Parts: sequence; C-alpha cells; structure tokens
Amino acid sequence: MSIEVSRVSKLFGDFVALDDVSVSIPTGQLTALLGPSGGGKSTLLRIIAGLEQADTGRIDIEGRDATRLPARKRNVGFVFQHYAAFKHLSVARNVAFGLEIRKTPKDQTADRVHELLKLVHLEQFADRLPSQLSGGQRQRMALARALAIQPSVLLLDEPFGALDAKVRKELRDWLRRLHDEIPVTTVFVTHDQEEALEVADEIVVINNGRIEQVGSPDELYDAPANYFVMSFLGPVTHLDGKLVRPHDVEIHTQAPVPVAGDTVAGGATGGAQQTAAAGPAVEGTVVRTVRVGFEARVEVAVAGADGADQSVEAVLTRAEARTLGLAPGAKVWLRQAPGSISIDAPAAAEPRELVAAV
Amino acid sequence: MAKTYAFRAIVIVYLGLLVAWPVSLVAKATFANGFDALATALSDPSVVFALKLTVIVAVQAVILNTIFGVGISLLLVRYEFRGKRLLSSLLDLPLSVSPIVVGLALVLVYGGRGDWFGPGLEANGIQIIFATPGIVLATAFVALPLVIREVVPVLTELGTDEEQAAMSLGASPVQTFRRITLPAIKWAVVYGVVLTLARSLGEFGAVKIVSGNFEGKTQTATLLVEQKYQDFQQPTAYATAFLLALVSVACIVVVSFLRPDHSSSKAQSKGLS
Repeated sequence: MSIEVSRVSKLFGDFVALDDVSVSIPTGQLTALLGPSGGGKSTLLRIIAGLEQADTGRIDIEGRDATRLPARKRNVGFVFQHYAAFKHLSVARNVAFGLEIRKTPKDQTADRVHELLKLVHLEQFADRLPSQLSGGQRQRMALARALAIQPSVLLLDEPFGALDAKVRKELRDWLRRLHDEIPVTTVFVTHDQEEALEVADEIVVINNGRIEQVGSPDELYDAPANYFVMSFLGPVTHLDGKLVRPHDVEIHTQAPVPVAGDTVAGGATGGAQQTAAAGPAVEGTVVRTVRVGFEARVEVAVAGADGADQSVEAVLTRAEARTLGLAPGAKVWLRQAPGSISIDAPAAAEPRELVAAV
Repeated sequence: MAKTYAFRAIVIVYLGLLVAWPVSLVAKATFANGFDALATALSDPSVVFALKLTVIVAVQAVILNTIFGVGISLLLVRYEFRGKRLLSSLLDLPLSVSPIVVGLALVLVYGGRGDWFGPGLEANGIQIIFATPGIVLATAFVALPLVIREVVPVLTELGTDEEQAAMSLGASPVQTFRRITLPAIKWAVVYGVVLTLARSLGEFGAVKIVSGNFEGKTQTATLLVEQKYQDFQQPTAYATAFLLALVSVACIVVVSFLRPDHSSSKAQSKGLS
C-alpha cells in the first residue's frame, strides 16, 4: 500500500472535518476521494500532503511515517483547484521550480522540463506567462510541475472543478490516459460521481468526516453499502419499501405474471443490497412524464402502506415510453427489473423525502 | 462627459491651490537669483552636514521599516493569534499620534534622565537621545505603517495556494519567501519603501525633540530649514527645502513609472471614460 491513513481525526473549531478515518490507498492506481462539499475529502488530501496537520492519527507514505514530516519532505506532487500557478514565472520555469529547488543540473532540468511540457502538450507555450494560458492549459502546467519532482504520490484537489464542462471532460479523459502512461499512485478529490466512476480505479466515498465505502466503481455501483452511497452515485427512488434506481423500475401496462422465486438477500460483498428476481408488481397511476433528450422520466403515484399516495420515479428510453404510450392518468404496474439491485429503505426517513432529496 | 470634465476641473483646482502652487513657489524662491541660492547653500558646511545626516537617517529608517514591515505583514496575514486586531490597530498609532508626542515618548524611554533604559545605556556609553540612533528611532516610528499598509492587502489578495505549491515542491520557508512571496509583493514593497523614504526625509516634529537640534551634530535638513529661515537666511532655507521636495517628488515619479500596472490602469480608465 502506497499511502496508509490510520485513525486520523481533524477538528476545525467545533466542526468535525475527519472522524477517526482509516484507509489504504493502493500503489500505482488512480483513487478518487468522492463525497459532498464539506464532507472532509479535501482535508484528508491536504493532511496526506502535509499542508494540514491531523489532530490525531498517523500517515505513512511508501512505508515511511510521514505524520510529522513537513510538506516539502514528503515528495508528493500536489495540484490545486485554482492552479496555484507562479504568476511571475514562465511556464517552463514553473515546471522547473521543484528541480531548481533540488539543485538539479541545468541541462538535466531543461531536458526534463521539455519532456514534461511535451507530455502535457504545452511545448509551444514554454516561454509564456501563466496569465496567457487558458484554465485547462494552466492546470496541465500545474500537473507537469507536480510530476517534475517524480513524486511518490500525486495528489489532486478538485483538479477540474474550476473548468467549464467540456474542458473538464477532455482533461478527465486525458488524465486517465496519462495515468496509464505514467502509473504513479494518484489520489484525486471530486464531488462529481460521474468523474469518479469514469476515471478512478478505486473510489473512497467520504461523508460527514467518515468513510462510507471503499471499492472499485463497479463494486460501489452494484453493491452500495448504504443509502448514502447508493444515492450519491446516482438518483434513487422508493418502490415497495426498497430503494432502487429509477432506470431499474420496469413499467407494464398490464399486470405482469409473477415469476416464482424469492428475493436473494446479500450481494457479492455481503452488504445490505439485494439482487431482485422478478417479484410481484405494484399498481399505480402515471402523474406526469418529462422528456430530457433520449430519456423519459415518469412519475407514478402508488398507494403506500398507510394509504397515502407515494411517488415513484422511473426512467426509460424515449422509444420505450412511446411504445407503452404513457400519458398522465394511465394505469400502470411497476416492478423492479430482474437482476437489478436495491437496498432496504431507511426506516427513519419518509419515502417522499428520500425522493425529494435525490 | 461634461460631468467628468467638471469633476476633473474641481480636483485640479483643489490640488493646485493646496499642493502644486505652494510647492512651486518654493522652487521659484530658490531660483529667484538663478543658482546663487543653491550654490550658497551647498557651500555652507552646516547645510551639507544636515543633508548627509538626513540621508543616513532616512536610509536606516527605511531598512528597519522594510524588514519589520514585511515581517509584520506576513504575521498579520498568514497567522491567526490572540490580539491580532489589537496589534493591527496599534500599527496605525504612529499615523494618528502627533510626532511631537512620539519624540517626547522616546525621550522618556531612552533619555539619560528617564527612568527606563536611558541611564543604563548611557552608563555603558550608548547615547540614543540627542544622537543619530534617536533620530533613526523617531523617524522609523513615524513611518512604521507605510510599508505594512501597502503590503498587507497584496498578501491577502495573493492567498496561500502558491506558497503551499512551492512547499509541496520541496521549497523551504526561506526559499518559498524569496522565490514566490517576495516577487509577488515586490511592487507593494517598493511603493512602501518610497513612501517611507519620502516621509523619513521630511520628518520634523519627533526629530526635533529627540535630536536636540545641535547644528553640525544632530541637525537634520528639516531642522536646518527652520533655523535658517528664522535666522534670516531665507535663500539657504528655500534652497534646502527645494532639495528635500525634489527628492520626494522624484521618488514618487520614478515609482509611478516603474509600477507595472501603470499602463494597464491607464488603459482601463480610458476604456471607462
């Protein structure tokens, strides 16, 4: 394991940023720290980098106790959300900074800088000032600067957060390819579940200063440990006492024939989730349909256990919705799609609130 | 547009009556007989001594205030501690307190007949009051906030990201300061230094009290101007005053041309009007 975080806690005044967090970051992989704003993920990253001190706990980087090491001795590359470009230095001098500090011979530095600028496609901008670059270019420069010192780990704090959607997507793909080329252990912080699912080998979900789940993108998506993880990775809806994903809700215009077989409890990791066999269908009435591009979102009112109507959301393709001829007022039967996963709805929360929260 | 011109005219007239015209009259009085007054003044040993002393004092005060000014600015912006606001308001004290009070206060603390350090220092042969160190202290005190008030907003604006980036790349605190922080606050420091220099050259009240005003020993240029004026040597007084004003104006002109945002702010104001 490249980075070992053991029982780290951090308070800011009364605010608990990290509460007894332990996690191992695997060597040579791209790991995402995923969670909502204020959940503690950036604090954890900054503690690993040495830019922040943990109140209690221990950090090991490549087998070396780094808990009390200052940032400059940890040999980590850090990339900031707002680039932190050295404004008075040219792009090449920015990238060379760490090498100059290490008193690397001039010709070696020049070679390495050239090589890195080529890697991040900025070789023609070497003599420009950061202010003459776009946001995406500045962030690539910052990445080259962090890689120049050949760090044992590369840490990125919401690296694409300040960029517009299109550039963000490009840089995300590019980061993935770059990592495949230079497999340095990389940890990046994001609040964008799509970014994490798409780019990361491993995802650490952090909320309220605690780790909710650690796993590969598939593990997290297929076997969410709890309601929070499931809802953070995408929309969820409430069907028949269970939480399911809206696109896993089947809509039938006639009562489907129940297929024999029970719900199978416990998934691959033995979590709270269940994989559905084709169970009984629930009757309801279409309240409204919204079309967004190729998707059709259907809201269905279902009689709840206490007699009050519950709202269930289902997502199908435009073509499916057209074939079924769904319109407000239509009578439909809802069923969880066979093979899809669900978890029991938390007892405390009102189903209606759960849907609203997503 | 008409409104802009009206405002501009008002400001120009106000500044003209208050600043430009009186100062230019000093120049006019200096050159009333060509270069005679300047020549006479510069051949007077007491004038030459006073000018030299003024420069020596100003340079020392500027060095002191630059080092402590940048240090205090870093402390105020980069660190959280109890009493920070109190410290911050204490720093404005030299601007609000009359220089005479500053002079008297320094005499009480360092004077040979005071109750504090003065007698002890004098017993060890260190003379502060009625000597150059006292003049430097008084000047540094009066000009203390000028560097700080220039540097603090720039440091605040700068933020800590760049410094942290430098640290993560292996730079020590000293390297980070020299390579990252200092270049970023360079112009604020230069501007603060120039203001401090101008203020130091012109300090009068505090210096008059602590120096004792001994001609050829502790008499600075401003004190000399007053004395020459009262001794009916107006041409020499005007000539010395002119030299003092010249240096201060030159400082400000040089900086306004050196400042990198000079041209861009001009372009911006053009775009706005």
